[in-house]
Amino acid sequence: MAIEFTLNGQLLTLDVDPQMPLLWAIRDVAGLTGTKYGCGKALCGACNVHVDGQPVRSCSVPLSAVSGLAVTTIEGLSADGDHPLQRAWRELNVPQCGYCQPGQIMSAAALLERNPNPSDADIDMAMSGNICRCGTYTRIRKAIHRAAGGES
Amino acid sequence: MSELRKISRREFLQRTGIAGGGLVFAVTLTSGCQRSATTDGAASVAPNVYVNIRNDNVVEIYCHRSEMGQGIRTSLPQVIADELEADWDRIELLQAPGDEKYGDQNTDGSTSIRKHFDVLRTAGASARETLIAAAAATWSVPMAELVAREHAIHHEASGRSASYGELVAAAAEIEVPEEITFKDPADYRYIGEPMDLIDGFDMTTGAAMFGFDTALPDMLHASIERCPVVGGTVKSLDDSAALAIAGVEQVIRMPDGTSPPLFNPLGGVAVLASNSWSAQRGRAALAIEWDKGLNAEYDSETYRTQLVETSHTQGKTVLNRGDVNAAFEGATSLHEADYYAPHLSHAPMEPPAATAMMRDDGSCEVWTCTQDPQSVQDTIASLLGIEKPQVRVNVTLLGGAFGRKWKAEFSAEAAWLAKESGRPVKVSWSREDDIRHGYYHAVSAQYLKAGLDSEGNTTAWLHRSVFPSIGSTFSAEATGPGGFELGLGMIDNPFAIPNMRLESGDAKAHVRIGWLRSVCNVYHAFAVCGFADELAHLAGEDPRDYLLRLAGPPRKVNPADDGAEYSNYGQGLDTHPIDTARYAAVVEKVAAMAGWGRELPDGHGLGIAVHRSFLSTVGTVAEVRVDSAGKLHVEELWTAIDAGLVVNPDRVVSQMEGAGIFGMSLALHGEITAKEGGIVQGNYDTYPVIRMSEAPKAIHAHIMDVDAPPGGVGEPGVPPAAPAIVNAYFAATGKRIRELPLRKAGVV
Repeated sequence: MAIEFTLNGQLLTLDVDPQMPLLWAIRDVAGLTGTKYGCGKALCGACNVHVDGQPVRSCSVPLSAVSGLAVTTIEGLSADGDHPLQRAWRELNVPQCGYCQPGQIMSAAALLERNPNPSDADIDMAMSGNICRCGTYTRIRKAIHRAAGGES
Repeated sequence: MSELRKISRREFLQRTGIAGGGLVFAVTLTSGCQRSATTDGAASVAPNVYVNIRNDNVVEIYCHRSEMGQGIRTSLPQVIADELEADWDRIELLQAPGDEKYGDQNTDGSTSIRKHFDVLRTAGASARETLIAAAAATWSVPMAELVAREHAIHHEASGRSASYGELVAAAAEIEVPEEITFKDPADYRYIGEPMDLIDGFDMTTGAAMFGFDTALPDMLHASIERCPVVGGTVKSLDDSAALAIAGVEQVIRMPDGTSPPLFNPLGGVAVLASNSWSAQRGRAALAIEWDKGLNAEYDSETYRTQLVETSHTQGKTVLNRGDVNAAFEGATSLHEADYYAPHLSHAPMEPPAATAMMRDDGSCEVWTCTQDPQSVQDTIASLLGIEKPQVRVNVTLLGGAFGRKWKAEFSAEAAWLAKESGRPVKVSWSREDDIRHGYYHAVSAQYLKAGLDSEGNTTAWLHRSVFPSIGSTFSAEATGPGGFELGLGMIDNPFAIPNMRLESGDAKAHVRIGWLRSVCNVYHAFAVCGFADELAHLAGEDPRDYLLRLAGPPRKVNPADDGAEYSNYGQGLDTHPIDTARYAAVVEKVAAMAGWGRELPDGHGLGIAVHRSFLSTVGTVAEVRVDSAGKLHVEELWTAIDAGLVVNPDRVVSQMEGAGIFGMSLALHGEITAKEGGIVQGNYDTYPVIRMSEAPKAIHAHIMDVDAPPGGVGEPGVPPAAPAIVNAYFAATGKRIRELPLRKAGVV
């Protein structure tokens, strides 16, 4: 059964097992590798994408669940990689290995959508589903504040 | 003014560790430089293997070290471009494949700068001198009248200048100068500057390519079921259900694991499919009966009892100063303690992953997130029965590594399956694969005993270290700690204690033992820095002041003076001494940063730990808060690092921040245990790491201004974190914890 959905603004029809997790459909079938595997159990946030604007762990959602919906990955977050969060991430040199950062940025973008000026506590709550083994958390906090127009 | 020391080509070859010579410069007697020609003449010129200057004025720099978060893809070109006087926006960074011509590529031991700084400087300087010589020949002027500046060679007297690109054709006709001169450090443009990340854009847009991200035409995705116990083998297999799953194309038996394990595949059964999901489903449908082999009884609780018992009996003396037993007899007070720390898993965010394909000529090409592409070449060549140069290893970005990705077995799995299946194959490990089939940081028991005199001076120190050795991964005969492991934070004890005896005790390995970020320094620093804090309180003295008392008068410590064999991380004690003055300076600085001695809110405590590893000394102060439920929260961390010269201070600060979090993870949560030979934990729920909600509100890092050769940066921040937190917890509560992780004590 083919599943039809929008991926980064483009209508896509994938004729694969509808139970295939969205993560693997995006990576192996659609060929976009910015969305990462980290745990497969919605524990780490590396696979975060937006589905109709809401942050979703793509490793734990079957492809069938996004039928007819709009999926945005890190590749589609901004046209030129210039989302305020992406710019702030670069200005503060947040990444170390970089692997978790697409998921971090997608979580942060969803946070700023619903809360344009989050406090540290808001950030901690929204971002604690995303693991960074390199330990860039303090810079992520600063970058979110910066993208929100605050200090640092 | 330039540095006086000159370096010859012979010396350069020696420094790169390349035997045989000739490879670094790729020189031929007639042409001088390696050229790539077009019909118009030379398109580029490569004065050495790290630098290729193109006639479009772009300087290509080859990064022969792996990027795993330490920022080497930014700091390595900083060094080369600086000596080359190349413009930062005219360089193009290329990742070098595995090849002996680059010398040591093993990105481990925090060596990329500390061991390669001179090689990289020489690469840049030799390229610069080549261009100067080319301009001198072109303009018929002495080289001494020319200067390299801003990506061009200038002749001040005549006002002539030529860009690097314009000099390519001329450079291709001359020999690389035999002698080169290093820049005066006062003239550095990039070394010492916080340059932005080379990969910053790719890493924030999803364009960065990791081992997991390789895709080849006609590629199969493999998922491998391995025996839960190291050394186990397949007794029977029924793959009919797996092969019936849509997308599954092949099921292939892996070669059995070896004893010792080396970097060889662990055995098991691979399911190959058109996509990851089908491979995972097929794997779940395999019916396998295992012969679990010799390690099937491994149980962490039983093993712990053995380790602690061993630590309570006399071991093998590895350093002896004075007479510890006599000093114990004469001591005013005695104190002893048992410290214990469990196995750990690296758990990098990107689990191991590699892709391989066979060529028609029998050679193999691999794309992998490896710390050491030459180990991958060796392992695959041996497994497939081909020659090392027939294995081409392309190095992707590494989504974290921490020591795990030096081990070549996941790359070898991909190569084996490519050969057996006749198709390109990507092997992707699941998180459970990663946590259950690791090369684990060793579990250890540490026993310490000290004698104090009536004035609180520590007069005698006995330390026994017991753990299964990394050597067991490479030799079935290894029964206990190796000298190189005891040199990681035990033998290099800087304390001015007149009577000291250090001993090791044997322990046999039942899982694959590997090395994790800072290796044995984790448990040695935990024990030594924790016990030093205990002695301070026993002596009734402030822990900061007592560390200075233990450090004693300014001096350089040589463990060989007390009969120890000590390798100092492969570098000389003359260039990288165990210097107690520098240790004391770090103690004082980090304490001052944290406002040591200030009044704290109720339930708060400050703890300090200072430890030298990988030729750098790091001090950490932790401020913890213990809430009304008795739970510990790390509020803030301060660190000071003496790493000698640093190339990119922002990357050093980021490593201190990251090491603080990594150290917190192992201090609060990290524990791998075995039951019936298999690993109990499997994912981030059972093997938790620090999340943002637990992260300190700030991690402050200071780089000591020291005129000394570079030390390591990636690892040295980790060891002092756990003891600083434990010492802070004691300051807050009066309760001493001597076992990691802290959640076992119910305080997390």
